[in-house]
Amino acid sequence: MSGAYNFAYLDEQTKRMLRRALLKAVAIPGYQVPFASRDMPLPYGWGTGGIQVTAAVLGQDDVLKVIDQGADDTTNAVSIRAFFRKTAGVATTERTAEATVIQTRHRIPERPLHAGQILVFQVPIPEPLRFLEPRERETRRMHGLADYGAMHVKLYEDVARMGRITTSFAYPVKVAGRYVMDPSPIPKFDNPKLHDCPALQLFGAGREKRVYAIPPHTTVESLDFEDHPFEVQRWDRPCGLCGSTDSYLDEVVTDDQGGRLFCCSDTDFCRERRDRMDEGR
Amino acid sequence: MYVAVKGGERAIRNAHRWLAEERRGDPDLPELDPAQLREQLALGCDRVMNEGSLYDPDLAALALKQARGDTVEAAFLLRAFRTTLPRLLSSVPVETAGMRVTRRVSATFKDIPGGQILGPTFDYTHRLLDETLGGTDAEIAPAAVAEQPVDPVVPRVLDILDADGMIQPEPAAAEGEPTDLTREPLLFPVGRDAWLQNLARGDEGFVFALGYSTQRGFGSTHPFVGELRVGTVDLVVEPEELGFPIVIGEVELTECEMVNQFLGSKTEPPQFTRGYGLVFGHQERKAMGMALVDRALRNAADGQEQRGPAMDQEFVLYHSDNVQASGFVEHLKLPHYVDFQGELETIRRMREAAAREEGGE
Repeated sequence: MSGAYNFAYLDEQTKRMLRRALLKAVAIPGYQVPFASRDMPLPYGWGTGGIQVTAAVLGQDDVLKVIDQGADDTTNAVSIRAFFRKTAGVATTERTAEATVIQTRHRIPERPLHAGQILVFQVPIPEPLRFLEPRERETRRMHGLADYGAMHVKLYEDVARMGRITTSFAYPVKVAGRYVMDPSPIPKFDNPKLHDCPALQLFGAGREKRVYAIPPHTTVESLDFEDHPFEVQRWDRPCGLCGSTDSYLDEVVTDDQGGRLFCCSDTDFCRERRDRMDEGR
Repeated sequence: MYVAVKGGERAIRNAHRWLAEERRGDPDLPELDPAQLREQLALGCDRVMNEGSLYDPDLAALALKQARGDTVEAAFLLRAFRTTLPRLLSSVPVETAGMRVTRRVSATFKDIPGGQILGPTFDYTHRLLDETLGGTDAEIAPAAVAEQPVDPVVPRVLDILDADGMIQPEPAAAEGEPTDLTREPLLFPVGRDAWLQNLARGDEGFVFALGYSTQRGFGSTHPFVGELRVGTVDLVVEPEELGFPIVIGEVELTECEMVNQFLGSKTEPPQFTRGYGLVFGHQERKAMGMALVDRALRNAADGQEQRGPAMDQEFVLYHSDNVQASGFVEHLKLPHYVDFQGELETIRRMREAAAREEGGE
C-alpha cells in the first residue's frame, strides 16, 4: 500500500461527504443525489464515479472484484483493480461469489448476488431523460413532478415506427414505483436482475456528479406497455465455451470468413461452469 | 479453443514503458529539464496552470514534460494532484489596481493615467519564422529600460468610467466563502462566482470560441477592451488566529475588463456594462474570451433574450471543462462490446422481421 495517500485514495472528509450522499440515495431509491465529485487520477468517463463510491464503501476486510463488459481481464477493469490494490491494499478476486464489493461497467454478474454484497455501477449519463431534454433544470423538475410522459411517448414512438422498443441497453426502469432511473449502460438483458436483488446496488457518475441507489429487495420495473411487454435479448445458440443457454453472450470475430464465436460475457460465470464440467468428467 | 483477448496487466505495463521511451525521444539529444520548459515555454505552462486550476509553475512544467507537450493531459495531471491537497484558507480578494504591471493597454481611451504599456507581446510582430532560433544560444538584443518606472498603483480604466456613473455599478460581493466547484456540485442556476471559476478553469479553445461566437451574432455583446493588464499581485491571507493580513507570495495574472454598450431599459438609464476575465499567468486570449462569455451569461441572467450558446448557462458550464470532456469523449475507446452486442441483436431481429414481411407479401 502506498503511504502518500489515505486508505483507498480519498481523504476521510471526502469519504464522509460521499457516504452522506449515498445514505440519502439509499433513503430515496432511484433519486439522483448531487455530490461534490472530485478530480480523480483516472479520466472522467472511465469509472471515476464508481471508483469514488467504491472508495467510500471499501473497508480493510473487503474483497473486491472489478469487471468491465462482464470480464475481469478487460484493460480498464485490470487498471481499476490495480488502483485499489495499490491504494487500499485490499484482497481482490475474480469470483463473484467471494466478492463483498463488485465494481462493474456495463454488466451485472450472471450468478445471483447475495445479501451483504455491494454492486457498484459506473455511470456515464445518470439522467434517463437527458436525451429527451438536455437541460438539467428541466429534468429535475420532471422528476420532482414524476412527469414521465415524455419517456412513455419516446417508447411509444419506437413501437409505432419500428414495431418494438429499440432501446437495447441503458433501458429505463422505475424504482420503488416512483423514480425513473437509468440503470447505466447494462444490456436490458440484465434489467430483471435489478429487481428484488438481495445485494445493495450503488450507482456513481463522477463527471455528472450524481450518485443513486437501489436498496436490497426493491421493486424495479422496466418501462413497457401491456401490449408490448418488456423482453430481453436472446441468442439462437449456446455459449461456445460452456454451453450456457441463459447467459449474455459476446460475439467474437474469429476470422475474416464470417466466423463467429458466441461466448459468455461474464468470464467468471463461464469459468465456473467449465470447471464443473471438468469435474463431472 | 479461442481465448478472448486478455487485456492483461503485462500489456498495460509494456504500453506504459513504450510511452516512457517515446516521451524521451532520441536519447542522443539532451533531455529537457522542466525548468527549461518553465522559462522558455512559459505560456504553455500558464495554460496548464489555468486548466489544471493550480498555480505552480514548476509542477506545470513537470506535467507538460510528462505529458509530452499535451496541455490537456498536463492539466489533468495537475488536477489529479490538486485534488489531494488540503484547503487551508481563502485569500483576501486580490487588488489588481496594485498589480506590478508588465503590460497594460486600453482600447477605449487614447491615453490613460498610468499610460499604455505594451510590454512583452506578440501583437504587432510579423509572424515570420525566425531562423536564428533554430540553433542554440541566439543573440538577443536587450530591451531598453524606461527612464521612469511604472507607477506603483495603476488605476483601472473602468474605475474612471465608474466615477462618471457611465458604467453599470457592480453588485457588492456576496458575503461568506465563494463557491468552489471543486468541492460542490454544479447546481443550476449558478451564481456569477461559480461561472467565473468555471470559465477560469475552462478549456481555452472552448471559452475563446464561445467569446468569438458572441461577436458574430450568437450572443449580444458589443465589446471594447476597456483594459487588459498583465502583471504580478501579492497574495494576502488573514488567518483568524492572527487577525492581521500577511503576504504569502505573488502570482502572475492577466485581467481583462470588456466594456459593452447597453441602451437602457424602462428602469435603467443607457450606460455601459462590463464583462470580466481573470486568469493565471500571461493568457490574453483566455482572459478576453472569459470576459466576453461572462457578459453573455450576465445578459442572460438579467433576462435578455437568449441569442446563442454563450448565453446558455448549462451549455457553457457543462462543456467548458476539458479534463471532463476529454475523459468522456476518450472513454469511447474503452470496450463497449456488450452494448454493441445488444444493438446487433436488436438490428438483426428487426431485419429478420422486415425480411419476413417482404417475403410474405
